[in-house]
Amino acid sequence: MNTGKDDRDVKLLEQILDESKQVQGVSLWQDAWKRLRRNKAAMASMATLCILGILAFLTPLLPLQSPIDKDLNNRRFLPPSLETVVMGQRDGLKFKDGRLTAQLAKFEDEIGELRTKQRSESDPDKRDAIDEQIENRIEVEHPFNQLWNELDSVSWGLCELRVSIFGDYAIPSIFGTDQLGRDLLARVFWGARVSLIVGIVATLVSLIIGVSYGATAGYFGGIVDTIMMRIVDVLYSIPFFFVVILIMTFLGDDAIKKRMNEIGIDQIMVFYVVIGAIYWLTMSRVVRGQVLSLKEEQFVESARTVGASSSRIIFRHLVPNVLGIVIVYLTLTIPSVMLFEAFLSFLGMGVSPPDVSWGLLLKDGVDALSSVKLFWWVVVFPGAALAATLFALNFLGDGLRDALDPRMKNRD
Amino acid sequence: MSTQIQSDASANRTSDPPLLQVNDLRVYFPFSRGSLFRPEHGFIRAVDGLTFDIREGETLGLVGESGCGKSTTARAIINLVKPTSGQVILEGTDITGLNDRSMLPYRREVQMVFQDPFASLNPRMTVGSIIGEPIAVHGLAKGKDRKLEVIRLMELVGLNPRFLNRYPHEFSGGQRQRIGIARALAVQPKLILCDEPVSALDVSIQAQIINLLMDLQQRLGLSYLFIAHDLSVVRHIATRVGVMYLGRLVELGAAADLYRAPVHPYTEALLSAVPVPDPNAAAARERIVLSGEVPSPDKQYVGCAFADRCWLAEDRCRTEQPSLATKDHAGACWVRATD
Amino acid sequence: MRDLLSYLTQRFFWMLLTLWVVYTFSFILMRSVPGNPFSSERNVPPAIERQLEARYNLDAPPLTQYIDYLVGIVTRFDLGWCIRLEDYSVNQVLAEGLPVSASLAIFAMVFAIILGVSTGVVSAVYRGTYADIGMRTAAVLGIAIPNFVLAGLAILLFVFGIKIFPAGGWGTLRQVALPALCLGAPIAAYIARLTRTGMLEVLTKDHVRTAFAKGLPKRTVIMKHVLPGAMLPVVSYLGPATARVLTGSLVLEQIFALPGLGSHFIHAALQRDYTLATGMVLTYTVILFVMNTLVDISYSIIDPRVKLQ
Repeated sequence: MNTGKDDRDVKLLEQILDESKQVQGVSLWQDAWKRLRRNKAAMASMATLCILGILAFLTPLLPLQSPIDKDLNNRRFLPPSLETVVMGQRDGLKFKDGRLTAQLAKFEDEIGELRTKQRSESDPDKRDAIDEQIENRIEVEHPFNQLWNELDSVSWGLCELRVSIFGDYAIPSIFGTDQLGRDLLARVFWGARVSLIVGIVATLVSLIIGVSYGATAGYFGGIVDTIMMRIVDVLYSIPFFFVVILIMTFLGDDAIKKRMNEIGIDQIMVFYVVIGAIYWLTMSRVVRGQVLSLKEEQFVESARTVGASSSRIIFRHLVPNVLGIVIVYLTLTIPSVMLFEAFLSFLGMGVSPPDVSWGLLLKDGVDALSSVKLFWWVVVFPGAALAATLFALNFLGDGLRDALDPRMKNRD
Repeated sequence: MSTQIQSDASANRTSDPPLLQVNDLRVYFPFSRGSLFRPEHGFIRAVDGLTFDIREGETLGLVGESGCGKSTTARAIINLVKPTSGQVILEGTDITGLNDRSMLPYRREVQMVFQDPFASLNPRMTVGSIIGEPIAVHGLAKGKDRKLEVIRLMELVGLNPRFLNRYPHEFSGGQRQRIGIARALAVQPKLILCDEPVSALDVSIQAQIINLLMDLQQRLGLSYLFIAHDLSVVRHIATRVGVMYLGRLVELGAAADLYRAPVHPYTEALLSAVPVPDPNAAAARERIVLSGEVPSPDKQYVGCAFADRCWLAEDRCRTEQPSLATKDHAGACWVRATD
Repeated sequence: MRDLLSYLTQRFFWMLLTLWVVYTFSFILMRSVPGNPFSSERNVPPAIERQLEARYNLDAPPLTQYIDYLVGIVTRFDLGWCIRLEDYSVNQVLAEGLPVSASLAIFAMVFAIILGVSTGVVSAVYRGTYADIGMRTAAVLGIAIPNFVLAGLAILLFVFGIKIFPAGGWGTLRQVALPALCLGAPIAAYIARLTRTGMLEVLTKDHVRTAFAKGLPKRTVIMKHVLPGAMLPVVSYLGPATARVLTGSLVLEQIFALPGLGSHFIHAALQRDYTLATGMVLTYTVILFVMNTLVDISYSIIDPRVKLQ
């Protein structure tokens, strides 16, 4: 392309190219971010949610009491108090000295003894037998497995770290205890993990399905779009909440449960799929609508005029302009999903004990209200936690909507 | 792209084959509308039998009211919209109704500048990427060479090339239109369709852009189809002018002839509405005010579509549709059709 | 008229299609559970077994059962017998529960509309004042707090605290008030939001500013010019709102011990009464479909620019 050109011209152009690097534009995303920052409510919400997320992730590390340890004799329905608590103090646990650290040490010693015995054993079969024995003992008797439910390896590591930092210290029951004597503060934190993960993962599932489906239908238009959207219409008229409950009915059957365990699907995974299957419909409609209106925009027309291929148009022109609305929708779907999970758990069809979620906590809380005495803390604290999170998500979603689409701003 | 001195813009019309030939182009859109209790179905005849050609180096101005089908014509020519019938012949090849993939090679010959400087640029791409996109799509240059070419194009249209990392919303309307022009030039086309490129701009900027387009035409040997709704805008830049009414050409001829002695009454009415700077001359001339309603393209007309508003209308005008003769300057009118 | 009829016919057809999809899905689920009443190894009490035999073709191959059951539903609206409640047909349970749930839903919706619209109007007209901010906060709270938590708190406050409402049961106005309020509150909050946004949008329109400039009293302008236009999004929300009310009733009927469709449905789910559960899902589908169709029609009547498809 430079044939017949002076070398000096090229040098001049290159110089300009270098100078151009000094001048950076402000993209729309940066613009939106600036607008978002000015929205104090949205920023506060975002900070809250980030803190919540970090705390939820680090929950095993925090000096909380056990969320599953029941104390039916002494600690039922205790109101919030600052009374000191020591990890492992419950008589029923039979921890050495009534302390977690002591019991841990003792347990480690016992396992150590078994290992020594194992090393001295020459018969490989007997060695395997001792291995099995050790595994069983850990599963049943390890103090961690008595105080917490099915920790994965990361959480396990965090728990160990926690013990090394805090020892036997645990924050007192400032949220009170529930009807089985379990500390509510710990349960709220551990429940946060489940509720948040269900919210995020199910939403992501719906996002992936919805965006692909909607973008394809919107971009190709015509008969493809008509068929795809008809399917969505039919599915939309199905009252999904009821169908989900219907599905949960079937999944509650013992035989089915057994078969699912065999295949390795646990209930949480079903949750993700089922909930994701509900919310993708609206997402696909939203994306399709946006793609349809974007298709008529002049910059898409000009991309076609220039000769851009379909994939180029979709990925370089449509998707970046659809992202905005997708993000807003995401932040508004997560609260719906969390509410739905709470709803299902409340009805007894969601997360089941010993797992804990906010929905389950609320169920316990409302059940507790039917009694004669006023155990308000069992419902207020989990309720406040859920409400605060949903609040924050809604504010953030609104803020994002305003930031990404400034034309809406005048509507306040 | 080297700078050529272009030979005379008004080339000999009868000898060379035209760059673009449009034959009886029709674009109809089906529609259904109406309320719950009174539904309506029908066709919108956006382009209703258009025939013209454009030769190398010339500018054909296409003028008409909003809704007369000018933009649709441009879109149909480059197959953004599929023509319902008719022919579009580019440099001797029939490109009517080709799909996007087949059109790709021809996109290097004909490009388009769009009307709305705000909507025709992807707000999330840098100006450099926007201008560079055609180069990337057609594989004309890569990497640094592409950037250098973008810089060259920006200078060509009068933009400061140091701003190639900026975003469209950081530029003014006139500058954005220059970006659109630079993008159209990136593939070195022969023909550029300008769809009301200055309608959305302030009057003072309009002149700048038109001058830029003329300058580019001179330097690069371009041909234009220049669409506008305002005759005064077109006067400066067009060699020939066509006047559209309801999807049809009612007059076609050399610019000078048309402005001096319009044939079709509609052209006359349009010209009389063009503001004249000299207040005395303005007061002296007779303003033609058209009566009747702006026609809608969904109704079918028997006879001349302009008859309802025409002060010269005769009986024949309402029963037979006049046609456009293939002369140098012709008007589709029974009353005025002279020889 | 022609278009209206064709629209209704279309909707009817889609409803049948949807119901068929739901029915087929449920049937497949039912048959895949071992020990279900349609299989050979059913374990139901003899009394129920007799009824099931009378209604269903219990020993026939699956396809025959499918068709049989379906035919029964379509021709006689016979949804069959409950497999957990002795001597109860599904239709009977529906007949018992429907009035309760219907009146609860109606109360809740009426309350929601009245409270929501009035709050939204006040919020929009007095935009920026403390009243506005207060109402908007209340609205967000209403949307964020699940209605069963709200119910729990309401019980705390009004049953145990101030003692003006009874804790449960059905029959008197007092007893329906609290559940209806809790059910309607999130809807009211959303309607308030929609009204406020709609009003603000219309308030800036030129024809409204002209009306004010003409000197018409504020109340007249708002009532006659602003409100009707702002109501459109609210009307179109009524469809999803019904769905929310119905799903909300599932939980609230539990909490307040109301013998409505919701509590029966949950009971059926927990007891794994498949036929009852299926029957109820089909019923809910019909209710929602009808409601959405009504909303579509009224929307197109109100806004003549909208066409039905």
